Amino acid sequence: MSTYYVDKFLYTIDRDPKWVQRYKDDPAGTVAAWEEEVGRWLNAVEETTVQSFTDSERAALAAHDYVWLFEHGAHFFLNLTLFIALYDEDYTREQGPLSFQREFGRKLSHWLGREYPSVGL
Amino acid sequence: MAQLTAVLASTHHPFYYKATTSPPEERPPFAAEWQRKVEAYRETLTAAAPDVLVMVGADHFHQFFLDNYPQFLIGRAERYDATFYNEQREFGLPTYVLDGEVELSRYLHEGLLERDFDFAFSHELKLDHSIICPIITVRPEADLPVVPVYTNIFAPPMPSPKRFWQVGRAIREIIDAWPSDLRVAAIGTGHLSLELGGPRQFGEHGPDPEFDRQAIEWLRDGNIDAILANVTHESMAGAGNATHGFMDLVLMMGIAGDGVRADYVDELDLFHTREMYMTWYPNGAPA
Repeated sequence: MSTYYVDKFLYTIDRDPKWVQRYKDDPAGTVAAWEEEVGRWLNAVEETTVQSFTDSERAALAAHDYVWLFEHGAHFFLNLTLFIALYDEDYTREQGPLSFQREFGRKLSHWLGREYPSVGL
Repeated sequence: MAQLTAVLASTHHPFYYKATTSPPEERPPFAAEWQRKVEAYRETLTAAAPDVLVMVGADHFHQFFLDNYPQFLIGRAERYDATFYNEQREFGLPTYVLDGEVELSRYLHEGLLERDFDFAFSHELKLDHSIICPIITVRPEADLPVVPVYTNIFAPPMPSPKRFWQVGRAIREIIDAWPSDLRVAAIGTGHLSLELGGPRQFGEHGPDPEFDRQAIEWLRDGNIDAILANVTHESMAGAGNATHGFMDLVLMMGIAGDGVRADYVDELDLFHTREMYMTWYPNGAPA
């Protein structure tokens, strides 16, 4: 598991409108591009060589699979905020305000009454 | 010496701005009552006539991330930009530039260090909605200089509820000792029970109404003993995965004092979370 790197993905995509759009339009291609253009950089010059995704993490991000991400310790705030950015507008238009957020919650309903996966690293 | 004229502790709700500024036909049915309550709460700050605001909040992974996350941080800058792109996108919040009260930032920071509270600090701090929401609700003119204080209520491992209380007590002591003629108000926001990105989010009420009822009672009475006996990181997680923001309200209660009853208490049951508005007047209620 490299939950830190998953969180880094969610964090750096969410804060940049260009990356949000790319991730919406082409999830798998964007994950690969992000690893090359963002993930392996600490800043514009310094490379960070010690982080990488597992195959499962890469597949979950490529599938927009926020349930899997929740279940594997991705930070709840990052996981919610980015997928709201991707889906809220379309859901609101078709099913009304907050419909995406409520579906997100329903898809996690098997966790009700249980201790959630930790977001601590 | 400076005078601490008011301590405000409230929840923050980033949907408030849009709910109360949209065209009337687009506002949710509860918007009018929400606005009435917020404007009444605003009066509690206006009446205290502050010159400077010490503002306590928590960065929601906007400027700070897990590569370098401060437990407690104070801003020491002359000016602060506010509101990030993704907050404008999600909540429709406006941007601001707030002046910093540098003299108090330095005095408070050094006073905290002297008391063994080793705060991180920042000279380039962009403020997020934890500080901008209360600007919108209680000081929409955004005309007073600020001293921002950030806490970690988000990224485990976090400081204990007791530590938040102790930080609040220390901040109070330092403000009271600040050699200045200025009138200071301390404003902090956090959460009651709250769920984000989990199965209990965006329900008809907050995820744990019983916790909310109890929490408001404890805060209103300044009952730190009950809080420390009952509230742990685990119990807060049980009330909702983002409930740890309650610790910022405990910090504010620490600024107000031990066993000091609040002068103003109001609340509003909303979808997703309960709103709470509380004010103490440490040096007497304004005339």
